Amino acid sequence: MVKSGGRKPPAFYFAVRKSSPVCYLDRVLKYIFRRLVSSLLVLWVATIGVFVMVAYSGDPLFDLKMNPTTSPKTILVREHQLFLDRPLPWRYWHWIDNLFHGNLGLDMSNVAVRPQLFIHMVVTLRMVVLAFVLAVVIAVSLGVLAALRRGGFTDRGITFTTFFFLATPVFVTGLFLKFYVAIPLYRYFGHQIFATTGAASPLASGSFFHRIPDYVAHLTLPTVTLILAVFSSWTIYQRSSILETMNLDHVMLARSKGIKPRRVLMRHILRNALIPVTTVLALDFAGLLGGAVVTETVYSWNGLGRWFLEGASKQDLNITLAYLLFTAVLVIMFNLLADIAYGFLDPRIRYR
Amino acid sequence: MNIFRRKRPQGERIETQWSMALRRFRKDKMAMTGVVIFLFILLVAVVQTTVNPSGWNTLSNDYYQAPSSHHIFGTTSAGLDLFSACLKGALQDLIVALVVSSMSMILGTIVGAIAGYFGGMLDAVLMRLVDLLLVVPLLTILIVMSNLFQNSSNSPLFIALLIGFLSWTGLSRLVRAEFLALRERPFVEASIALGASSWRVITRHLIPNAIGTIMVNTTLTVSGAILLESTLSFLGLGIVPPAVSLGMLVQEGQGAATTSPWEFLFPAGLLLIIVLCIFAIGDGMQAAFDPRNARRKK
Repeated sequence: MVKSGGRKPPAFYFAVRKSSPVCYLDRVLKYIFRRLVSSLLVLWVATIGVFVMVAYSGDPLFDLKMNPTTSPKTILVREHQLFLDRPLPWRYWHWIDNLFHGNLGLDMSNVAVRPQLFIHMVVTLRMVVLAFVLAVVIAVSLGVLAALRRGGFTDRGITFTTFFFLATPVFVTGLFLKFYVAIPLYRYFGHQIFATTGAASPLASGSFFHRIPDYVAHLTLPTVTLILAVFSSWTIYQRSSILETMNLDHVMLARSKGIKPRRVLMRHILRNALIPVTTVLALDFAGLLGGAVVTETVYSWNGLGRWFLEGASKQDLNITLAYLLFTAVLVIMFNLLADIAYGFLDPRIRYR
Repeated sequence: MNIFRRKRPQGERIETQWSMALRRFRKDKMAMTGVVIFLFILLVAVVQTTVNPSGWNTLSNDYYQAPSSHHIFGTTSAGLDLFSACLKGALQDLIVALVVSSMSMILGTIVGAIAGYFGGMLDAVLMRLVDLLLVVPLLTILIVMSNLFQNSSNSPLFIALLIGFLSWTGLSRLVRAEFLALRERPFVEASIALGASSWRVITRHLIPNAIGTIMVNTTLTVSGAILLESTLSFLGLGIVPPAVSLGMLVQEGQGAATTSPWEFLFPAGLLLIIVLCIFAIGDGMQAAFDPRNARRKK
């Protein structure tokens, strides 16, 4: 997604200087508590909105009703099973009630949603977490490199590359890697180097360690796709953050004291430049899930994204709600983490 | 923009914000390249669709033709001329993006202006609304929404309105932040003290000063909208036949990517080039309007 400008410091900025560590911790906890309460409120309103939206949309039993062989009794039974014969507030209350008992309801084929959510989550998070970590490493190194070689050939090359990948839709990258990397490699070597369908071979057996090569073959291309989708905006951000820090007084002082350039970079520039980047990274983690939906579609992974896509196309209320709840909780969690991390990394920031 | 025209002594040259930005923009090689390529694609697309208005949905007997002088981008397995289809799709994408960005500009500016200028309860309520929309990733909401309305109407305009209705949140936050800062400036206080109405202060003083932010964000929204729309179309949820869009063409061409690569490469490449151009333009505008805070520092 397109980002513009730097991230504004969060609202708890520049409060009174802390008087004691206990007081500080107290303030942080209070801040976290307040943020949690308001986040939960937003989350609650969001569930109502989504619930009404999905429930008032098409008829989940449309296909069944269109089938001439279905008896009216079957339809009534299904309606009763899916609570379609109940009023909407009742259905919402039922869902919320179940939610507090850790139960996300049944999907359209009467399978419990929660175990499905966890199974698919493990598949998706494998890819997302790996891509996130690698993309961070790549973005930080490229950003530093570009900033150090500012204006030079390397810098221009990196800038152009980042712009190129920023403009490339995820599905184009994914399809390109699939058709013009994996398949030619397969043709050249005569056996599969990178797998293009699924998260693991369906017939793979043996212990976890024996299946690692299989996992790697399946994981590589989707992960690369996701990395290419996210690393560019982070690189641009890292580069400008380094450039801003490089001109600060304390860096000049360190240089004029005769500290080695490498040490100045690591200790004085990078440490400060990473602070704003951290928050951007945390905020984008949730956005990675959106990219994962597309990546999973391209590589036919049976992860959260595809599960959600299929559920949404069948107008399966419980699957859609479970997925949206999952992403919303992640977004809120990472927003909060980003704000807290901001305060911990930069001691000038005080929680109010 | 007439807002900037002031009577001034003859012969004296005053550099307005616009002329300054334009001067900087013209010097930006990357942005100017973007403008030229973008206009070229637009011109070719408009000419092609006016000269051959039904080319994009007429099937010929030339199946699986590789690119040649007759079919510049080749043809599909159904005998569709890809050149016409791609350009029609590009135009469709641009129209969608235009609707999205103008909606996002209007909604974002209004909400941001109200929240930033009036503050208080109104601000709190509006910003919570923004939070509500930001809590779930945009693509996810769009997937749910377009699934819901798939049966009733899935016209390109509908998709555009849907995306536009959900993508103003970023701009509204930026405008609000800008207004909060501007409201404290002496010239705004002076004009309030002189008895200017809120409407006058907002339209005459605040919006002109925030116009750089608004323009840049709107341009970037165009590329964002194209990416979102093509992703939706790729997933089969955005623009669906009989309409045509680049994302849809990529989706249809992917099956033939190894046997007849032009079916995949041309729509994908055109999409990429268009987004890249708009990106370069937006970035150049950002550097031109606000050189100190530009993302791309020279």
